[in-house]
Amino acid sequence: MSIAITTQIICFTILSLVILIGALGVVLLESIVYSAFLLGGVFMSVAGLYLLLNASFVAAAQVLVYVGAVNVLIIFAIMLVNKKEDLKPINDIKSRRIISTTICLTLLSLLIRVDLTNVWSLSSPLNSIGEDSTIRIGEHLFSDYLLPFEVASVLLLMAMIGAIVLARRDVMSKDISTGLPVDQELIEKSSEPLLTNKK
Amino acid sequence: MMNLESIPIQAFLIVSSALFCIGIWGLLNSRNAVRVLMSIELMLNAVNINLMAFSSYVDNNLIQGQVFTIFVITVAAAEAAVGLAILLSLYRNRVTVDMESFNLLKW
Repeated sequence: MSIAITTQIICFTILSLVILIGALGVVLLESIVYSAFLLGGVFMSVAGLYLLLNASFVAAAQVLVYVGAVNVLIIFAIMLVNKKEDLKPINDIKSRRIISTTICLTLLSLLIRVDLTNVWSLSSPLNSIGEDSTIRIGEHLFSDYLLPFEVASVLLLMAMIGAIVLARRDVMSKDISTGLPVDQELIEKSSEPLLTNKK
Repeated sequence: MMNLESIPIQAFLIVSSALFCIGIWGLLNSRNAVRVLMSIELMLNAVNINLMAFSSYVDNNLIQGQVFTIFVITVAAAEAAVGLAILLSLYRNRVTVDMESFNLLKW
């Protein structure tokens, strides 16, 4: 990386602040739409961190896959299920919050302690691959990681077929049981929910 | 002012640890199912930052961590697609996205 160290530190600080504040916004904000857009910002900043780590190919893949596909998919899901509903209050919400926050803070302190106390065996920056990482990734994918690479394609095919099967509605012109014409809208609004609690 | 040659690896590790813990907190405390999926994405990103930092500082010639990150991104994309499809069919059957009402498998 040919950028001066001061510039690198400034970039790293800004990107990490955006990541952490954005992530807090994702989990804490009331509006789910704001959360989704903040999530896009977090993904972009993570891509910036990858650029700081000399990984231009992974940064591009991060922007393409996460911001371009996953985030758009999440926004579509919000659009399809966005119904204003008053959530039922939970009785023991306070104790739940306290317990989960304690667990998270304990885990965070443990992880930070490991990060700071462990002696990492860093390799010298002299034999670093540097800007040629894309070439090296290609060599890996077609030699020693060939099997995982092919299995990933099968996984993507399975996920695609599974998503179609799960999300599709059986579009028939007539209801089988009653013979009435079927409502062809994407989400049914007035139909009876099938699996409500019968208490 | 410290005299550094590059950003210490600990800085990246701490950012990724904090991001992971924020993801777990969101996973445990969200009531909207879409927000739960977003928290999972945050945790996967934390893992990716970790892998990339190690690949750049510990294994900077073979960069196997970057290959792993590519695979994690692939699996995350598949997971998001299937997760949102499950969410849609769940919403169709129960007309809510409240996590508290998904208790069919409760004993």
